[in-house]
Amino acid sequence: MRNWKKALSVTAAVAMAATMAMPVSVFAEGDETFKIGVIGPMTGDYAQYGTNVYNAAQIAINEVNENGGFNGYQVELLAAGDDMGDPEKAVNAYNDLLDKGMQMLCGTVTSGSCIAVGAEAAESTFLFTPSATAVDSITSGSNEFRMCFTDPAQGAKSAQYIGEHGLATKVAVLYDSMADYNSGVHDSFVEAAEENGLEVVADEAYTTDNNTDYSVQLKKIADSGAELLFLPNYYSDNALILQQASEAGMDIKFFGVDGMDGILNVENFDTSLAEGAMLLTPFSATAEDEASQAFVKSYNELTGGETPNQFAADAYDVIYAMKAAADAAEITPDMANEDISAAMSEAMLSTELDGLTGKAKWTEDGECDKEPKAFVIEDGAYKEME
Amino acid sequence: MKTKMNKTTKNNFVTYGIVILLFVIVQTLSATGNLSRLLTGLLVPLCVYTIAAVSLNLVVGFSGELSLGHAGFMCVGAYSSALFSHMTADALPSVPRFILAILVGAVVAGIFGILIGIPVLRLRGDYLAIVTLAFGEIIKNLINILYVGVDANGIHVATTSAGFKLAAGGKKIMKGALGISGTSALYKDIKGQFFLIGVILVLLTLFIVQNLVNSRSGRAIMSTRDNRIAAESVGINVTKYKLLAFTVSAALAGVAGVLYAHNLSMLKVSVFDYNMSILILVYVVLGGIGNLRGSMIAAIILYALPELLRGFANYRMLIYAIVLIVMMLFNWAPAARNWRSRMVEKFKGGKMKKEAA
Amino acid sequence: MSFISYLKDGISLGSIYAIIALGYTMVYGIAKMLNFAHGDVIMVGAFVILTAITKAGLPPAAAILISVVFCTVLGIVIEKIAYRPLRKASSNLAVLITAIGVSYLLQNLALLIFGADAKSFVTVIDVPSVSLFGGQLVIKGITIVTIVVSVIIMVALTFFVQKTKPGRAMQAVSEDRDAAQLMGVNVNATISLTFAIGSGLAAIAGLLLCSAYPTLTPYTGAMPGIKAFVAAVFGGIGSIPGAMVGGILLGVIEIFGKAYISSQVADAIVFAVLIIVLLVKPTGLFGKNIQEKV
Repeated sequence: MRNWKKALSVTAAVAMAATMAMPVSVFAEGDETFKIGVIGPMTGDYAQYGTNVYNAAQIAINEVNENGGFNGYQVELLAAGDDMGDPEKAVNAYNDLLDKGMQMLCGTVTSGSCIAVGAEAAESTFLFTPSATAVDSITSGSNEFRMCFTDPAQGAKSAQYIGEHGLATKVAVLYDSMADYNSGVHDSFVEAAEENGLEVVADEAYTTDNNTDYSVQLKKIADSGAELLFLPNYYSDNALILQQASEAGMDIKFFGVDGMDGILNVENFDTSLAEGAMLLTPFSATAEDEASQAFVKSYNELTGGETPNQFAADAYDVIYAMKAAADAAEITPDMANEDISAAMSEAMLSTELDGLTGKAKWTEDGECDKEPKAFVIEDGAYKEME
Repeated sequence: MKTKMNKTTKNNFVTYGIVILLFVIVQTLSATGNLSRLLTGLLVPLCVYTIAAVSLNLVVGFSGELSLGHAGFMCVGAYSSALFSHMTADALPSVPRFILAILVGAVVAGIFGILIGIPVLRLRGDYLAIVTLAFGEIIKNLINILYVGVDANGIHVATTSAGFKLAAGGKKIMKGALGISGTSALYKDIKGQFFLIGVILVLLTLFIVQNLVNSRSGRAIMSTRDNRIAAESVGINVTKYKLLAFTVSAALAGVAGVLYAHNLSMLKVSVFDYNMSILILVYVVLGGIGNLRGSMIAAIILYALPELLRGFANYRMLIYAIVLIVMMLFNWAPAARNWRSRMVEKFKGGKMKKEAA
Repeated sequence: MSFISYLKDGISLGSIYAIIALGYTMVYGIAKMLNFAHGDVIMVGAFVILTAITKAGLPPAAAILISVVFCTVLGIVIEKIAYRPLRKASSNLAVLITAIGVSYLLQNLALLIFGADAKSFVTVIDVPSVSLFGGQLVIKGITIVTIVVSVIIMVALTFFVQKTKPGRAMQAVSEDRDAAQLMGVNVNATISLTFAIGSGLAAIAGLLLCSAYPTLTPYTGAMPGIKAFVAAVFGGIGSIPGAMVGGILLGVIEIFGKAYISSQVADAIVFAVLIIVLLVKPTGLFGKNIQEKV
C-alpha cells in the first residue's frame, strides 16, 4: 500500500513539475502574422460541427493569405481548441489559445460554450462566432459578433414564413429538449406561432441521450392532424426522424432550420426521404454560384471528399468579414489584443460582406443583418423557394 | 493508541500542507508572471473536481458503496446556488451573497442526499450503483424542463416555455436547456479571488471528511463497509451511518457545484451527465479508494492532463485514454505492484550497500 | 388500438436493448465486471460491417462474418491486455475504470479513422414488414428479425452455459473463481471465452442496432451500452433470460412513458420505474438472492 502511494506521489510530482515548467507563451519580437483561433467540439457528440468550422476557416485563411492576408499581413490558424461542446472546456481552450498567441477568435461553435467564452473575451479579444445561436452568446461585450441567425430570429422567421406562405395552419414540433440550440429555436417558434396564424397541435420532444427512437412522438404528431412538422434539430437527428416518419407512412410537410443543412450529404442517406422537406438556411452546398462551387470544391479537396454544411459556410464568411474589417481598421499583428478588438469592432459596423451565406452587415449588438433563404428539397437537391 | 492518533493527525496535516504548498507555489508563479493563462484558468476547476473527488471518496472509499450519480448532487448544488445568486443579486453585497450561496448549494444538495439515500441504501453492490445512476439522470431530466423567473409579482416557475410568462420588467433566470447564464458576471468584484475561495473550500472539505472518518461515526461507517453483518451484530445502525456518509458526501458535492456554477457564465444541465459522475469516480479509484490525498492528486493530474495535451490536437483524447489505462494498470495490477516493490527494494538495497562501502 | 401500437413500438425498441443486454450480461454475469466498453465494441462492429460493404464491396453475409470475427478477436485482446492484469487487484473498481479507458480509446480511434460525421447505415437486413388488422398494425421486418435472433441467442446461451463443459466451467468461475481453479477449471481460458462470446454478440447487436436506427457515429454505442447495463441489472445480474426480459421491459416502459406521460422526461420515467422495481425486488426480476455468509 505504502509503495504505490509513493509511486503515485512521484508521478504527481513529475506531472506537477512538468506542468509548472510548461513554457508560458512567448511573443516573438516582430511577429509578422495574425493568429486566429477556432473553438468548437472536435471530439464528442457534436464533433462534426466543430470540424466543419475548422476546415472552412483553414480554407478561407489559405485563400486570404494568397491575396495579401489581413491588411497586408499573413494569417495563421492555430490548432483547433476542442471543447467537446462543454462550456468549461471551452474556457480552457480559450485560455490555451491565448497562450499560443491568439489575437482573434472565430468561435465558439456551440451556444453554451460561446456564452461562457463570451464573458471571458468581453472587451479583450475580438470574438466572432460563426454558429452560436443563443442570444446571450454575444451579449457580454461590444467586441462580439455573430454570423448566423439567433434562435429567436430562426424560430420567429420560420413561423412567419410558414404563416405568410400558407404552408399550414396546424403545425407540430419535434425537438431535442436537452440541447440549447434546439430548445432555443423551439421556444421562439412556439411563441411566434400564434401571431402568424399557426396552431401548435403537437409539441413533442426527445433528449440527447434518447435520440434514436421517435416512433411514439411521430405517432402522436400523426394523430394530432398536423399538416406540417417543424424540426429545429441538427441534420443527423433529422435524418433519422425523416426515415422513421416515412416508415410510419406519414404524409406531412417537414420544415427545418439551418441545423438541418447537411442532411443530403449524410453518407449513405437515402435522399428521397427528404423529398419535399423545406428549410430556412443561409447556404446550400448545391448552389450554382461560382463562390459556393469553388468553396465546396476546396472543402472537398482538403477533407478528402466531404461536403461542407452551413457551419462551414458561416465560418468561411467569418474569416472574410474579419479580413474586410481588418483591412478597414488597418490593424497590425504587433498590436495588443484589446486594441485589435476595439479597432475591429468599430470597423465591423461599417463592414459589408457579400458572402456564401448572403449579403450581410452588422448592428451595434454584433448581430448579423441578412435574410435567410428558404429551400425545398427536390430530386435530392436544394431549390430556392420564393 | 496515543501514538496512532498522533500519526493520523500528522497525516491530516501533511494533506493540508500539500494543499497550502501548492497554493503558495501557484500564487508565487502567478505573481511573478510565470503562470500561463491556461493554467490560471484551470485553477478553479481543479478545486471543483478535487472537492467532488474527495467527497465521493467518502461514499466509495469509506462507506464502500459504488455511486454513479455524484454529478447529480453537483448539479443540484450548482442550480440552487446560481438561482439564489441571481435572485439576491440586488439585495446583498457579493461576499455575504457568495457565502450564503455556498450554504444554499450545500444544504439543498444535502437534502437531496438524504431523500435519495434513504431508498438507495437499502440496496447492495451494483444494484445500488445503478440506482444512483438512475437518480442522477432523473435530476438532470427534471431540471432540464424547469423555467424560473422573477418579476414584480414574485417568483414564477413553469415546465414549458409557452407557460413561462413574466410581467414586463421580469427577469428570466433559468431557461430550460438554455440553463442559467451570466452567474459569474454577478461576482465581477471577487472573481479574482475564486481560486483562494476554492482552496479554502478544498481545505474545508478535507477537514470535514478527515474528521468524520477519524471520529466514532467514521469508524462505524468503515465497519459497515468491512463487514456489514458484524457491524450490525455489535449494535451499529448500518443504515444510519451509511446515510450520514452519503448525505455529507452529497452536500460537499453540492459545494463543488456551487463553485462550478459561479466560475462560469454558462450553466447547462447536460454537462452533469453520467459521464461526469464516472469521471469523478475515475479520480477516486485512480487515487486510491479511501485515500483522500490520492483523490486530490488524481483529480489534479487527470483533469489537467487533457488540457495540457492540447498541443497534440486530434490525438489528444486518444493519448488521454491510453495514459488512463496505463496508469490504472501501473497503480492497480498486482504484477505491477510487485515489480514496483522489487524496484524499490533494489534501489534501497543498492543505497545500503553504498552506505556500507 | 393505440395501446397495442405503442406496445408494439415498445417491444421493437426493447428487442434492441435485449440483444445488446444479452452480450453484456455474458461478461457481466461471469467475469463479474461492468464492461463499460461493451457499447463501443458494438460501434466497432457496426463500422466494420459498413466499411466492408461500402468500401470493400463485400456481400452482407461476408461483412457480418468479418465483423463477428473482428469483434471476437478485439474482445479477447482487450481482456488480455487491459482487464486480465487487474483480475486479482484489491478492488474490483480498478477494472471498471480501465474499461472506461478502453471505451474512450475505442471512441477516439473510431473518430480518427472514420471521422465525426454521422453516417447512415446501409440496408443489410431486408425483411418486409408484416401488416395486421387490415394495416392498422405494421410490424417492421427488422423488429421480427431482432426478436427471433435474440430468442435464438438466449436459448443457445442458456443451453451452452448449462449443458456444455465450457459453459459449466463459466458457471463455476462465476460462482467462485478460486474454487473453480482448484477443481481444474482454466480460469483464464474460461474468461477469455466469455469475452470472445460477449464481443461476438456485440457485433451482431451492432448490426441490428444500426439496422433498426440507421445512423452511425463513433459515439453510437455509448448510450445503448448504458441501457444494456440497466436492462441487465433490471433482469437480475447474470441471468440470461433476465437480460432478455429486462431489455424488452425497458423498451416498453420507455415508449409508454413517452406516450402517456411526457416525451421530455421519458428517461426520468424509465429510471423511476427501475428504482421502484429494485426497491421491491432488490436483486432484479430474475436475480438470485444470495445469502451473505458471516
